[in-house]
Amino acid sequence: MKIESTADLEKIRQEYSNKLYYPDSTKVLFGMASCGIAAGAKAAFEKAQQDFPQGNGIQISQTGCLGFCEAEPLIEIVQTGKPRVIYQNITEEKIVEVIHSYLENDFKKTKWILGQVRDPRSLMEDHVENPIREIDPIEKIPFLEDTPFYHDQVKIALRNCGYIDPDSIEEYIARGGYFAFFRALFDHKPQEVIQIIKDSGLRGRGGGGFSAGVKWATCARHHGERYIICNADEGDPGAYMDRSILEGDPHSVLEGMLIAAVAIGSSHGFMYVRNEYPLAVKRLVTAIKQAEKYGLLGDNIAGTDFSFNIKISTGAGAFVCGESTALMASLEGQVGRPRAKYVHTVEKGFRNNPSNLNNVETYANVPAIISKGADWYAGMGTEGSKGTKVFSLVGKIKNTGLVEVVMGTTLRNIIYDIGGGVLKKKKFKAVQTGGPSGGCIPEKYLDLGVDFDELTKIGSIMGSGGMIVMDQDTCMVDVARYFLDFLKEESCGQCNPCREGIKRMLQILTRICEGHGEEGDVELLEELGDMVAKASLCGLGTSAPNPVITTINYFRDEYQAHIKDKKCPAGVCKNLFYYEIDEEACTGCRLCALKCPQEAITGEKKEPHKLDQDKCIKCSICYEACKFNAVVVK
Amino acid sequence: MNEARPSKATQAKEVEIDYLELDKIIEEEFGNDKENLIMILQAIQRRYNFLPQATLKYLSEKIDVSYSRIYGVGTFYATFSLEPKGRNIISICLGTACHVRGGERVRERIVDTLNLNGKATTDDMRFTLEGVRCIGCCSLGPVMKVNEDVHGRIGADEVKKVLEKYE
Repeated sequence: MKIESTADLEKIRQEYSNKLYYPDSTKVLFGMASCGIAAGAKAAFEKAQQDFPQGNGIQISQTGCLGFCEAEPLIEIVQTGKPRVIYQNITEEKIVEVIHSYLENDFKKTKWILGQVRDPRSLMEDHVENPIREIDPIEKIPFLEDTPFYHDQVKIALRNCGYIDPDSIEEYIARGGYFAFFRALFDHKPQEVIQIIKDSGLRGRGGGGFSAGVKWATCARHHGERYIICNADEGDPGAYMDRSILEGDPHSVLEGMLIAAVAIGSSHGFMYVRNEYPLAVKRLVTAIKQAEKYGLLGDNIAGTDFSFNIKISTGAGAFVCGESTALMASLEGQVGRPRAKYVHTVEKGFRNNPSNLNNVETYANVPAIISKGADWYAGMGTEGSKGTKVFSLVGKIKNTGLVEVVMGTTLRNIIYDIGGGVLKKKKFKAVQTGGPSGGCIPEKYLDLGVDFDELTKIGSIMGSGGMIVMDQDTCMVDVARYFLDFLKEESCGQCNPCREGIKRMLQILTRICEGHGEEGDVELLEELGDMVAKASLCGLGTSAPNPVITTINYFRDEYQAHIKDKKCPAGVCKNLFYYEIDEEACTGCRLCALKCPQEAITGEKKEPHKLDQDKCIKCSICYEACKFNAVVVK
Repeated sequence: MNEARPSKATQAKEVEIDYLELDKIIEEEFGNDKENLIMILQAIQRRYNFLPQATLKYLSEKIDVSYSRIYGVGTFYATFSLEPKGRNIISICLGTACHVRGGERVRERIVDTLNLNGKATTDDMRFTLEGVRCIGCCSLGPVMKVNEDVHGRIGADEVKKVLEKYE
């Protein structure tokens, strides 16, 4: 069946909305994005399939990631007329008991329950009634929406992740999907669509933060075969929101691309996906096939003269391919080297034709903006940054996960309220944003409202939204060294400032970390950094010194400790510290001695242990293992 | 980028190439299209677990792209290898989240345990160690992947036990 009108869509929407919210049988949904699978969701899923075979009144189904990675595997159980419950850390061993307990209305094991859902609808379903409005909630179980992790979140880009089966286009339609595309196709002129995106204030979520509407308008002005490209080469280590959207809600990205194609006038779309994301590719392939089956992709869509198809290409592991010109070269089957952008890609990009490139999260926002209007979107956020942003809150943080918050939310709010603070109650040191092109932000800026401009002001960037929390055990010099090592590997090597500059900066940092730092090294780093930032060809080079410069600016004393005192206060740089066992604190539990791979720790039970410095390789196993903080960094 | 120069041992080692099968990949799956070069190379690597020189020469003729350009692409991107890899591929995540949670120490333990000192592959071809930049499972950091199995929240002291499972 081809979908040719809004009425056709509405028919599917109603049918599947009923199935989603009022299922005939009990539905058990498993969060099966890569992260969930890695945490054990697949094993639990298979166990459930085995114990509750089809026709048993239990429907075993998959969904995307709800974002709360720390509590994965997450499962949701739904039954018509009963509260919807999200269970956490549900492994193979627990799953059968969990399902039985839900069926028997036994909610006593509160540790297993993350929360009950107050309202499962997405923001696109204003016209649908909340299916659980009249159901009595379970006592003593919090509402998911009230838990610290979810309370301050506003889900636009992640609106369907964890609620629908990513392999079902019907469920996407049930949550209001593809209506915005039809509105763009039938009710608006292309210029009007562009104007809505412009007025919404949507800025590119991939790193640059350029106005999406202005980009679309410029691309539409240029003549030739125009291309719509989606950048799914999510290369920032520690950022995985694009993966989560592609794995949990691929149709939202396809719909965003379709709307862009209508607005700009294009019939060919390309998706450049990172090679490390095989599941995302698989779900996209399924999604494209389904959209083609319904005639939402292909020739003469919905009986109009608008045609659009999408091809998927996979990258092969090159960070620089996230840069637009390099990505387009790679799409052409070439080495991914950026070029100077005096002619922009919107004029001459892929195959030398006008090309509009946005990233996954940007496209995922587009259908919501078209549906709810520019004013609605522009009503959220700060002066220069509108709407919401998805951050991946990772590192030394209690609640690791994907969080979508309104622009301008403070770092403190994100890290302490949503994130639950630093892991193991250690001391917060810095938060790193923007990946290798970003910077490390110290405690004094925690009350800063996060948006594109504020982050730039303090020397970091928004980037794609990675937010890595660092604690007292993270050495800031080592972090700077780590990022430059990354960038040295990833520099494409065609321009001198980036290729040589990064390499020299890395040499200096390595020297400092190894204990051979000299007076003047910091100044030399600053000088080199300034040169690399000013003279490099593309964004990779111009932003490469950020991690070094911010750590120097905010943590200069740590550099001094390495250079002058030859000490690494965090206990990371191996030549600059040693471990010692604090005899007062040691209870003589033998745990460290048993774990030590070098047999460097000796001592009787209940007697303070001794560490043989000659044997110690500083692998940190004892430091991590000790429950009494008796292993100390000196 | 990745410095993959075929060593003498590799050059000496002949791999049998099924050209009909190779044709199928190049023609049927990827329509003899130069723009698909990267994906064709990925398909070849999936088949042979590295890029044998002979296949690249053949590919050059088939899609009319010079051998030097194919070599350029094959060495530019990190996932391609011009040398045979071990039976089991260990991918240690070196993303930032894993790094601050001690990923580097896990990597050191793997290098020590397998006596890798500068090599990527063990002499018995049992393991190849690769670093990957974030596989997006940051909550499980530090993460190491062996083939398709993800081992999360792994401590340096657990490395040996995990590796023993793979022959």
